[in-house]
Amino acid sequence: MSLKYITPAERFKRYLPKDYVELVDFGPFGKTQDEAGPGNMGQFKELVEEHPMCSGCWMAYYIRLIFASLPCPEETVTLGTAGCGRLAISQAAVPFIYGNYGDQNAMASGLTRAFRLRFPDKQKDVITIAGDGGTMDIGFSMTMHSWIRGEKFTTIMLDNEVYGNTGGQSSGMSPKGAVLKMAPMGKDFEKMPATKLAQAAGCVYTVRMSPTNIKKAAKIIRRAIFVAREVGPTFIQAYTSCNIEYSIPTEEVFQDAKDQEKDRFQFEEYMTDEAKEVIERVEAEEKAASKSRKAAKKAAAAEAV
Amino acid sequence: MSPNKRPVLNKKEVEMNYLLKEAPREQHFITGAQAMSEAVKRANVDMAIAYPITPQSEVMHLVGDVFAQGHIKEYYRAEEELGTMSAIAGAARAGIRLFTATSGPGLIRGLEAIVSWPGHRVPAVLGILTRVINAPLSIQPDNLEMAYMLYSGAVMLHAENQQDTFDFTLAAFAITEKVDVYIPVAVATEGFFVTHAKGYVDMMSEDLVYKPFDPVAAPVPAMDNETPPARIQRDAPVQKSNFMSYLIHSVWQQEIWDSNSRAMKYIYEYLGGPIEVQNPESDIFVVASGCAAAQAREAHRYAQEEGLSVGLIKVKAIRPFPKKEINEVVKNAKALIVPEHNIVGWLSTEIKACIPNGGIVVDGPRVYGGMTLPVELIMYEIYEALGIEHNMKL
Repeated sequence: MSLKYITPAERFKRYLPKDYVELVDFGPFGKTQDEAGPGNMGQFKELVEEHPMCSGCWMAYYIRLIFASLPCPEETVTLGTAGCGRLAISQAAVPFIYGNYGDQNAMASGLTRAFRLRFPDKQKDVITIAGDGGTMDIGFSMTMHSWIRGEKFTTIMLDNEVYGNTGGQSSGMSPKGAVLKMAPMGKDFEKMPATKLAQAAGCVYTVRMSPTNIKKAAKIIRRAIFVAREVGPTFIQAYTSCNIEYSIPTEEVFQDAKDQEKDRFQFEEYMTDEAKEVIERVEAEEKAASKSRKAAKKAAAAEAV
Repeated sequence: MSPNKRPVLNKKEVEMNYLLKEAPREQHFITGAQAMSEAVKRANVDMAIAYPITPQSEVMHLVGDVFAQGHIKEYYRAEEELGTMSAIAGAARAGIRLFTATSGPGLIRGLEAIVSWPGHRVPAVLGILTRVINAPLSIQPDNLEMAYMLYSGAVMLHAENQQDTFDFTLAAFAITEKVDVYIPVAVATEGFFVTHAKGYVDMMSEDLVYKPFDPVAAPVPAMDNETPPARIQRDAPVQKSNFMSYLIHSVWQQEIWDSNSRAMKYIYEYLGGPIEVQNPESDIFVVASGCAAAQAREAHRYAQEEGLSVGLIKVKAIRPFPKKEINEVVKNAKALIVPEHNIVGWLSTEIKACIPNGGIVVDGPRVYGGMTLPVELIMYEIYEALGIEHNMKL
């Protein structure tokens, strides 16, 4: 049903908003990454067309990247909580559930299990996308316990190291020494080791990264989703700087993200053997499918000549 | 456990009216906790989520057994009550039938999520097995936590005994899923006094089961990427700060309370109405809900034996509150005595607020902190209200 559910009846199309019809006709629903992945962002109607975030927001970029990388947007449901992130996520053309403060992983636990009950033969991708406060402070217990229970969905933490949406308060993920609101003398304890906590709690695939390389960041998002489908909980901690609260000039946002790759967000990818098997299999399948599509296209072109 | 390893039961799916009113019943002698789990067994619940707290735990243990026997498809113990109530909200988005239960401090811990259920349009049934809210620490029965639920938007039923607990819980599943209701229904009863005490309960065969949840019959469709219309919002208006967003929110709130009011006709349909009245022509009424209604019933019996003009009003529905029905009965009454199992007297406040002459309401008697409610306390107030000489001392 899922593709059909998004697609309007031909005769009804002219009564619908033009941008919705174009999204369905030319957007990423039912398409492969070759046809409509992040590599082609800008060539099709995007799932997140506009965003209400601050100018130069690196988080807004990463959220668009998440939506462009989804293996199956027409079968995906996202969940989030209070924070800057949900402002953009809630505008995406993918169902988004907003519950209460920090409860996204608890809601996703119920939702994922309910989907498996109702649609045992269908893969529904559930992804929680929340900030560092929502994931590691107020939602800590619910995040950790969803992992401990082995709930099969993907958790993405938009780590801007601060409560951006409420005006720049220190979070558990802020670096030690950072002078922020509610830490007027500087934060006096270390940044929480999120990926270590995730691994200890049973995540089968974890990544810490500063998503400066679009292709790599997209690959990681897809890996996390593929593994969650079959093996267990997966977690991505992505640096999505807050240029406002950390006073990063807009033109230096990208350089800052690159600098962080050598600092607090050095690339770290962890996977269990079982997760590795899934990744290798799925990526080989995708490669083969892409190859045969290209060959078929070439053959069709030759025939046309 | 994978679905193919689950026990497969051949049960007959029936309508709620048949289940509650027509299906042959047999008498059992069981606890209130058993009564609630037996109702869940017959309700065709898809998923139940558990978290321990005394005195509720017994209910969700038994529901766990019901799951193991194959009457429920999915069951797990969550991390704590906020996690439990949030998971219920998440699972509801997939379009399934849900049950959980809690008590006192657990309800308060889960309240942030629970009070958002009506706004999220979560059709779930919540058991409340009442208990003192700490502190000081106590596990004893006291229904103060129900006061915190009054403005949540949820439908609230208050069961007097084990039989009510069974019938109300079953009916709650039908009420919560009505398209013109579609907000949660809480079924409360007193911890220990009902949950851990046995009473006679007439139950239909467990081979009968309420017809399955219909995810299409919903005012707000499931977010399953299957049930039209598509719930994708490229410009979510509610999250903005402008007049339209305020308007949408206010309309949404109105709709929740209108839904709550619309539940009343189903309370009539399945439970015969929101109140039960004995001796409607009396001068004085004892008005009570839950376990206090059992003691009020006993006081009413004493009064009949003594030839006093005393009636009984048992309030079954706390939300929607039966304003019209109570006014109708008490229009010529001289005094209303409201015994309660809490210190704040939320029921007497509700009654005062809904009648034109609130001064006739006697505040109490009230017991709390786990105290029992002796019938003599109610008799004392009856004698005082009737101006009868007595030698009872408090």
